[in-house]
Amino acid sequence: MTSLRFMLYQLRRNPLSIIGIVIILTFIIIAIFAPIIAPPPEGHIDPYMIPRDGYSPIPKPPNEEHLFGTTEGQYDIFYGVIWGTRSAFRVGLIVIGVVLVVGIVLGSLAGYFGGIIDEIIMRITDIFLAFPILILAMAITVALGPSPDNVIIALIIASWPSYARLIRGDILAVREEDYVEAARGMGGSHLRIITRHILPNSIYPTLVMASLDIGAVVLYAAALSFLGLGAQPGYVDWGQMISFSRNWIVGPPGNPLAYWYTVTIPGLFILLFVLGWNLLGDAFRDILDPRLSRK
Amino acid sequence: MNELLIIRNLTVKFYTYDGVVQALDNLDLDIKQEETFGLVGETGCGKTLTALSILRLISPPGRIESGSICFNIDDGDEPIDLLAIGEEEIRAIRGSKISMIFQEPSSALNPVYTIGDQVSEVILLHRRQELVNKAIETITALLAGRNSLVNILANPMRLAERSLYQKIAQNPHSLWPRIVGRIPIMRRLLQRLKDEAKKMAISMLKEVEIPDSERVAQQYPHQLSGGMEQRAVIAMALACSPSFLIADEPTTSLDVTIQDQILELLRRLKSERESSVLYITHDLGVAAQICDRIGVMYAGSLCEIARVDDLYANPLHPYTKALLAAVPKPGEEPHAIGGTVPDPLNLPSGCRFHPRCSRAIGMCREHVPPMHELASGHFIACHNYQGETGGSSC
Repeated sequence: MTSLRFMLYQLRRNPLSIIGIVIILTFIIIAIFAPIIAPPPEGHIDPYMIPRDGYSPIPKPPNEEHLFGTTEGQYDIFYGVIWGTRSAFRVGLIVIGVVLVVGIVLGSLAGYFGGIIDEIIMRITDIFLAFPILILAMAITVALGPSPDNVIIALIIASWPSYARLIRGDILAVREEDYVEAARGMGGSHLRIITRHILPNSIYPTLVMASLDIGAVVLYAAALSFLGLGAQPGYVDWGQMISFSRNWIVGPPGNPLAYWYTVTIPGLFILLFVLGWNLLGDAFRDILDPRLSRK
Repeated sequence: MNELLIIRNLTVKFYTYDGVVQALDNLDLDIKQEETFGLVGETGCGKTLTALSILRLISPPGRIESGSICFNIDDGDEPIDLLAIGEEEIRAIRGSKISMIFQEPSSALNPVYTIGDQVSEVILLHRRQELVNKAIETITALLAGRNSLVNILANPMRLAERSLYQKIAQNPHSLWPRIVGRIPIMRRLLQRLKDEAKKMAISMLKEVEIPDSERVAQQYPHQLSGGMEQRAVIAMALACSPSFLIADEPTTSLDVTIQDQILELLRRLKSERESSVLYITHDLGVAAQICDRIGVMYAGSLCEIARVDDLYANPLHPYTKALLAAVPKPGEEPHAIGGTVPDPLNLPSGCRFHPRCSRAIGMCREHVPPMHELASGHFIACHNYQGETGGSSC
């Protein structure tokens, strides 16, 4: 009860984190009610494919039928961004969830046991960290074949090492604390000491980084989709929708903003999504960091 | 009196980048049943290391090279060598038969759990059987209760609970509690164990004279004062009534009045529980207050062991004499011991104290003096007294 009140107090002190929560809550609502907000047209088989209204290569501006207009190939932008929220959450949460588990397990093993185990795991992370995340993810996606699932796998492979490394560092610091020694002296097993005594004291920075990274992962996925490595054309994906508008960023001479909606609207969704998670990450830090709550 | 713990030839080395540090050198030590044995010496002489070796808590780069630590678990049973048994077995001994109080109470408590949680964790680890039996009793009592509506509704649940606990009681190593403990809704069935442990933890906190222990059990370590924290640490250490308690400078970080209370508490608990205590300190005054016998350590080996009155009245080893002379007394200049503690990487040959010793003789440079009994119960490792009695080793 006191911790809940403390949480609310911390949130109230930082209005930006409230904005973050509002943004993410809005996205969650959009994702859940996507079939109501943007119902798939009758006879449409796969709701995760954007319905098309003709095959004209020229985008159409917002009109009554298409709230946000259409992209080249007449894909409905409104339908795409609404249902794209679902695939953004899917990518972000799956990647970060798996990466957290892998990172925490490997990082704890390396940090707690040290020695040869630490050496092996950390050298492997070194190899992965030697490549920029986006380049590595791109290479893996190309190798596996472009598809939304492979984008997720590629992002997992590319981003677990930084988590393993972060948690290892925090565990190294906590491992030397007296209460860990005391827990060993009380007869606790290694598993018990790691899960009950070390992780609760060292996991907060990782959780904060995870919540910040959900946005970043979605951004990477969008980038991969933009490069044509994500879903098949027409899949609900913000990055891909921007890639549709690659040729329409600048309009015809004399009217450069003619096709603004093709880029701006999906871009705005990505921007808000990433911003929301970043603000929420800050809020998490305020709430979760035990060093701050000590005061 | 029987020996509770017999340490023989204990050698601990640290393998550092700069070389091998011989941290403990062929240490021999006996601790009798129901006695308080004090280990005194300067910082870095190996007092804490001796304690950690007993619990086998030395971590790399340190390593126990050789020796044996025989521990009498129960009277009459064959003593077991703590250095020879498996990891699983030593874990069962840590915290239940031998437990340790750490120097800094504020860092020996985990900041993210309440005091009650931490004390009951030890109880959950080592006194499961007892908790299970208590839980069965409580449930049986509840089942026998009046036939009210609440009871009729809750009884099927309680029957299921009881059968689960009975299963655990029959086979303490069964997989049942582990499986149930992992399933979110079923986990509630094991809640009774935790409740019973909590009750025992609170009564333990009462025993270490923590006022308002129900409330303190709900508090986090940072909400307590140093003295209260140390009491909580003592409660944790004594929760399973160990027969051997290691107290590693438990009063060093406390002020003098609290120190006195803690010493009094330790003395009382020790005599109530008939356990032995290894009391590590660098404060000779505290050692005199609480110990029955005292061992003086210097650079990884013991130089003198004697009963407390004997040691203070009649110190024999030059180092003990120097140490006692260095205690500041009002109106007198304290006598500092000349020279410095030897570099552990580069220990002097022979007697480790000879470069600083005022009575060093030629032999001291070459031979390590063996421990021998000079008078009854008074052991000393010094060449100066070599001839006086037969060289019977400790």
